[in-house]
Amino acid sequence: MYRSHVLVCGGTGCTSSNSAAIIEALEKEIEAKGLKDEVKVIKTGCFGLCALGPIMVVYPEGSFYSEVKVENVPEIVEEHLLKGRIVKHLLYDETAQTEDIKSINDTNFYKKQKRVALRNCGVINPEDIDEYIAMDGYQALAKALTEMTPEQVIEVVKESGLRGRGGGGFPTGLKWSFTAKNSANQKYVVCNADEGDPGAFMDRSVLEGDPHCIVEAMTICGYATGATEGYIYVRAEYPIAVHRLEIAIKQAREYGLLGKDIFGSGFDFDLHIRLGAGAFVCGEETALMTSIEGNRGEPRPRPPYPAVKGLFAKPTTENNVETFANIPQIILKGASYFNSMGTEKSKGTKVFALGGKIRNTGLVEIPMGTTLREIIEDIGGGIPNGKKFKAAQTGGPSGGCIPASLIDTEIDYDNLTAIGCMMGSGGLIVMDEDNCMVDIAKFFLDFTVDESCGKCTPCRIGTKRMMEILEKITSGKGTLEDIDELESLASYIKDNSLCGLGQTAPNPVLATLRFFRDEYIAHVVDKKCPAGVCKALLSIVIDPDKCKGCTLCARKCPVGAISGTVKNPHVIDQTKCIKCGVCMDNCKFKAISKK
Amino acid sequence: MKSLEELMAIKAKAEKAMLAREEGDGKRIVVGMATCGIAAGARPVLNRFVEEVAKRNLKDVTVTQTGCIGMCQYEPIVEVFEEGKEKVTYIKMTPDKVARVVADHIVNGNPVVEYTVASLDK
Repeated sequence: MYRSHVLVCGGTGCTSSNSAAIIEALEKEIEAKGLKDEVKVIKTGCFGLCALGPIMVVYPEGSFYSEVKVENVPEIVEEHLLKGRIVKHLLYDETAQTEDIKSINDTNFYKKQKRVALRNCGVINPEDIDEYIAMDGYQALAKALTEMTPEQVIEVVKESGLRGRGGGGFPTGLKWSFTAKNSANQKYVVCNADEGDPGAFMDRSVLEGDPHCIVEAMTICGYATGATEGYIYVRAEYPIAVHRLEIAIKQAREYGLLGKDIFGSGFDFDLHIRLGAGAFVCGEETALMTSIEGNRGEPRPRPPYPAVKGLFAKPTTENNVETFANIPQIILKGASYFNSMGTEKSKGTKVFALGGKIRNTGLVEIPMGTTLREIIEDIGGGIPNGKKFKAAQTGGPSGGCIPASLIDTEIDYDNLTAIGCMMGSGGLIVMDEDNCMVDIAKFFLDFTVDESCGKCTPCRIGTKRMMEILEKITSGKGTLEDIDELESLASYIKDNSLCGLGQTAPNPVLATLRFFRDEYIAHVVDKKCPAGVCKALLSIVIDPDKCKGCTLCARKCPVGAISGTVKNPHVIDQTKCIKCGVCMDNCKFKAISKK
Repeated sequence: MKSLEELMAIKAKAEKAMLAREEGDGKRIVVGMATCGIAAGARPVLNRFVEEVAKRNLKDVTVTQTGCIGMCQYEPIVEVFEEGKEKVTYIKMTPDKVARVVADHIVNGNPVVEYTVASLDK
């Protein structure tokens, strides 16, 4: 029995900001102070507040330390663990503002969240099956296997209203029932953990923070659909997630929660891990299965759908990590627990990876129907540096954007589709007035051009042509006809591509054209980039009235483009200027600006 | 794993080990653990409280530590806080006194007056 537990985040975010060294220092220091038998150090999954990592929480007080450095460890051990004095100056700001220290759950970041899929992340030790069991783990599996028929399990999932969290939003219960209907000598369950959207890391965090819930959910799915084998397809770029999954599967086998005759029900199930090499197209379900089979990851036409002819040509159920993460709670607490949250057609919660121009970058889980304003202003803490919110990008390279005018949109599948956007897997990138929307569209299209597998022509060549037009526009050579061409190409690619990658690749361009057409027009007609991002359309000039002739800019300019004499206004030679902005940053008189 | 009972047995055991991670809303047992408290023997007292609370599976009780309360000559000092009630301050605590405090006060709600600071007045 330990009197105090110290939880240190071992998610990828905090690990890369050195949490492993902190754990090591912590253990050493605790040992030195003779507290080894009183204080337990636990490496947990992601807390969600990645911007402030590494995160450390000390229980029973629940003190939330943020941005902990190795040098802070002796102080925390000496003051807090030995003497019981909370080290206030290291606490997360918002928790330490008042005299009585707030619990982390009362901070704005967590208050509006509702954690279902992430319920164990940052709470348990993901490498210890006992802790998962202590948090009701594997009880849903026991209930399903011993008290319910497969049909009843599917019925509960259907009734819960859970829809695919990978982005498509297809009703999960319905998907399971399709596979269950087809008889075959072998069926499979596949977990899609090939999370590829730039900026998205929801699935990684679930796998790192709560791997057992995926093992449990896939086993339940196997029971419901009649499958006895499952595959988890996870990116090799997620080494911590892979490592913890391996541990979880091994522990589950040791406990007999995977293997033969689970819970004495006569049901057998086992899991395998397959590592993806990082191709974006492998997140598409048919390409993913082709890759598991050992072939080059290319999509195949549907129908036949995986429920009929999936992995190794057998009926297969494929779900995303976050979808699975909801299953144990639905089985355990019932469909009504889940469908009491959310909106009419989108039940439950959704996890978003908040990124971009926002104060609290990290991972948030909110009930469906929460407005974008609440996510950005309350949970995310607003836009830093007093800038104005311009748009939020959802759904990564397949998605669209929500402009500031629609900030009060309630987030759910149908509302997002209605405004030409999509839920996507959950990347939410916030942009402010300094972001050029044409440039953003170009960024995502560049990604899909790169990631197109090349199997079908519309996607392979079409996206490339669109990219060329966008490059033309951002370099100041575009015409109004180019915008029309862009739109007709986009609709052609959407209609004719083989798989989801191509069918959604033009979305970022279409969405930005829809809401920010004036920016495109400014690029082609006025030859200006309103946000001052596209370098070819921008010139940096010195205001001769404000310039004092201090010569600082001329000395800082890396290409020697600035000339002038002391105490006389300087001039920038536009033919030499590379628009790096160093002169602007250094000018003490604010005499230099972008035009 | 062949039965639900097996699973629940593991759960019960693991739950107990995780008890310290709850932010209890109920009673709070606070042990003075400044230099004076530690020197007077607060650490074994604190550990005994943790053990007792765990043994009885008391879920709404938090055992935590604090700095110097200011009456160093009476250390180890333990205070029990409860929402809506005046705090109770125990002085000169020893590990042997802990079981009674937990049984009488924490579980049954009757402070052990003879261990408290109030006993000084007599």
